[in-house]
Amino acid sequence: MDANLEEIRAEIRAWLAENWRPERSLVEWRNLLVDAGWAAPDWPADYYGRDLPPSAVAVVNEELAAAGAIGAAKAGVRNLAAATLLEHGTDAQKRRYLRGVLTGEEAWCQLFSEPGSGSDLAGATTRAVRQGNQWVINGQKVWNTSAHHADFGLLLARTDWDQPKHKGLTYFVIDMRQPGVEVRQLRQMNGHASFNEVFMTDAVVHPEDMVGKEGGGWQVAMTTLAHERSGFARSRESVEDGGRPGRIYDEYREEVAVANEPYVWYPQRAGRVDLVIERAKQTGAIDDSVIRQDIARLLALHQSAQWYARRTAEARKAGRTTGAEGSVSKLAASHVARLASDVHTAITGIEAMLTGPESPLDGVIAEILVSVPAVSIAGGTDEIQRNIVSERLLDMPKEPRFDTGPFRDVKRN
Amino acid sequence: MDFSFSHEQEQFRDSLARFLRDKSPTSAVRKLMATDRGYDPAVWRQLCDDLGVAGLHLPEDVGGSGYGPVELGIALEEQGRALLCAPYLASAVMAGYAVLLGGTEAQRAELLPGIAGGTTIATLAVTESEGLWRAGDVRLAATASGDGFRLNGRKRFVVDGQNADLLVVAGRTGKGVSLFAVDAAAEGVSRRAVPPMDPTRKLAEIVFDDAPSRLLGAEGEAPLEAILDAVLVAFAHEMIGGAQALLDSAVAYAKLRVQFGRPIGSFQAIKHRCADLLVQVELAKAAVYQAAQLLADGEDATVAASQAKAVAAEAYMHAARECIQFHGGIGFTWENDTHLWFKRAKSSEVFLGAPREHRERMLQAMGV
Ligand SMILES: Cc1cc2nc3c(=O)[nH]c(=O)nc-3n(C[C@H](O)[C@H](O)[C@H](O)COP(=O)(O)OP(=O)(O)OC[C@H]3O[C@@H](n4cnc5c(N)ncnc54)[C@H](O)[C@@H]3O)c2cc1C
Repeated sequence: MDANLEEIRAEIRAWLAENWRPERSLVEWRNLLVDAGWAAPDWPADYYGRDLPPSAVAVVNEELAAAGAIGAAKAGVRNLAAATLLEHGTDAQKRRYLRGVLTGEEAWCQLFSEPGSGSDLAGATTRAVRQGNQWVINGQKVWNTSAHHADFGLLLARTDWDQPKHKGLTYFVIDMRQPGVEVRQLRQMNGHASFNEVFMTDAVVHPEDMVGKEGGGWQVAMTTLAHERSGFARSRESVEDGGRPGRIYDEYREEVAVANEPYVWYPQRAGRVDLVIERAKQTGAIDDSVIRQDIARLLALHQSAQWYARRTAEARKAGRTTGAEGSVSKLAASHVARLASDVHTAITGIEAMLTGPESPLDGVIAEILVSVPAVSIAGGTDEIQRNIVSERLLDMPKEPRFDTGPFRDVKRN
Repeated sequence: MDFSFSHEQEQFRDSLARFLRDKSPTSAVRKLMATDRGYDPAVWRQLCDDLGVAGLHLPEDVGGSGYGPVELGIALEEQGRALLCAPYLASAVMAGYAVLLGGTEAQRAELLPGIAGGTTIATLAVTESEGLWRAGDVRLAATASGDGFRLNGRKRFVVDGQNADLLVVAGRTGKGVSLFAVDAAAEGVSRRAVPPMDPTRKLAEIVFDDAPSRLLGAEGEAPLEAILDAVLVAFAHEMIGGAQALLDSAVAYAKLRVQFGRPIGSFQAIKHRCADLLVQVELAKAAVYQAAQLLADGEDATVAASQAKAVAAEAYMHAARECIQFHGGIGFTWENDTHLWFKRAKSSEVFLGAPREHRERMLQAMGV
């Protein structure tokens, strides 16, 4: 083990012994974490971090878990907001928004997709028009996860209709708590309602909330998407607090129940590889040599994807990536989820016909089966990832284009 | 745990890759694969003397360079990419690891310098009938005689068996399976080259008829599993190197070949499959590199080693199939180079255990 990592381990351990108190409020505790740089050790030292490599983050997380201590707020689009602002935000934007991301006091959503443009994200038609000292927004977004809980949205809007499609977009942070923003929940095939339609009618954005340059929204959106895609590789196990007593745990459970509610099925959509062996033992499927092969195939694929993601995280830190590696991780996540869903089906057999409390694991298995189809669509479909991998990592010919002129004249839905 | 290669490691990779581009173009591979010996002794000497690769993973006090599985892996990845014809896997990797892990200190001091320097060509003969080593498959009988042992039995699929000076042989005594060192030229050893499907890797069948041998290490305690793990990890690197070469070739051709007025690589039916292949190759690399790192850190690597073998073998085979498919008719010709890698991929798939067997070995090592 790296000596440096062991020093970090000793340091966080000592700091936790000094500071971790379950009687504190969640926000008070997380502010302490932020001030000490432990909330996001891999962030720049200028913005609440410690400039440490991803391997150190794993060590810090291990120590937090060992102490039973709660880490920075993690779930949701807040990670994407942070990554995007760290790369493209002004100093003022970073100071205004990053702390709230880490403490969990402010929630975020991503306002990219529209009814007429999903894969073809650059075809967005939501308008942003500069009027006096503000931007006025009109248009509709759709499938926006967690928008019903969000304080802020990452908004991609068209500011110039005479430029080719990619050049007329601008990226904003929009305040979701204003009269011009209306959010309606949409029910999904798995019964949950985590994504929404968002209608913006003369909604207002202040000029200091433009991220990047006017007309430069596409580049900023690419950063958000690259992080979203590589995020699919991170395993999302359910949060375990062991039902511990204490104010901070109560508040944390509340956060998980409310703010993270849209994400309760996310571990299931990733396929719950963690459940496979246990389930196979319970049902006796573990003695079936065909199912054993599938299980081993799944474990190998899942493990390889995790290791790939860790290697690319290191490479990204060292500036040795092209930005398209997240697409590899996203495709891998789709393969893992589908294979896991097949393996769970094989293990479960006829019981897979049921749902709800009478079905295996209180409905968790059924939820896996009806949630996995999201992985290959959300965050850019598998087909789009294959375009990206082939064009950016393999330098293969681009798709023929029919949409290169001024956006005004491009065929749309 | 390290997740990236150091600058020094990358430099080593570059210099080896340069050497191999120069010495092992497919024209050279084709020439060598048609010979009985199957490798060029002059290139082998340069590889060992100038680049010091045969002893990379062996300790310095036995003539090695004291690096580990990660550096050895780099050497094999590049060899696999270039489809180098050399007794490297047999001698440096298989026999080298067998003596390193199975020999006494005195035996290591005696046998490893020749292997590390490439002056001794050695090989390891465990397999009799099955790809994946199992102690039960070792039936070759060893009986004590004087201060040595006499061997009786037959070993098959011995890589570079006809080229070797030194044979490390797994045999059975009343105490179980042990390793024995046999002088390949000794009386009672008869070697027969068998025709390999992959002509770039020579195979022999060796019959031992009361052949004299020396016990390596302790009787009945051949560390077959540990040797297998180390060999698998190295071998899997060779496979991902080959898989990468095939991916590169498939993509290059797809950009070049024009049909219907556009490069075939602009059709999604082709480019999406290239993307899928890249994903598979990259994930296999991640698994293989990780297994090497675990070995280097001295951790139990059985799960990772079998996983690496399984995913690398499948990625290699898939890359070979796709590369031929994207080439169309020319891909099925002898003249096109793809079949050279295809054959290496196919024989690598089953050598030392097929993916299916390694998936099972992996689960059992996990206690499942
Ligand atoms: C669970 C979930 C959560 C989501 N969360 C958010 C969110 O928080 N914020 C947000 O903005 N959006 C979100 N989305 C929307 C998601 O990004 C889009 O659904 C996705 O990008 C696909 O767009 P689309 O639905 O318009 O499908 P389309 O783009 O119409 O695609 C339809 C089909 O055509 C294929 N296709 C399209 N173009 C090509 C091409 N060039 N080559 C080959 N095939 C092509 C697609 O792969 C797909 O199979 C979410 C979606 C899901 C399922």
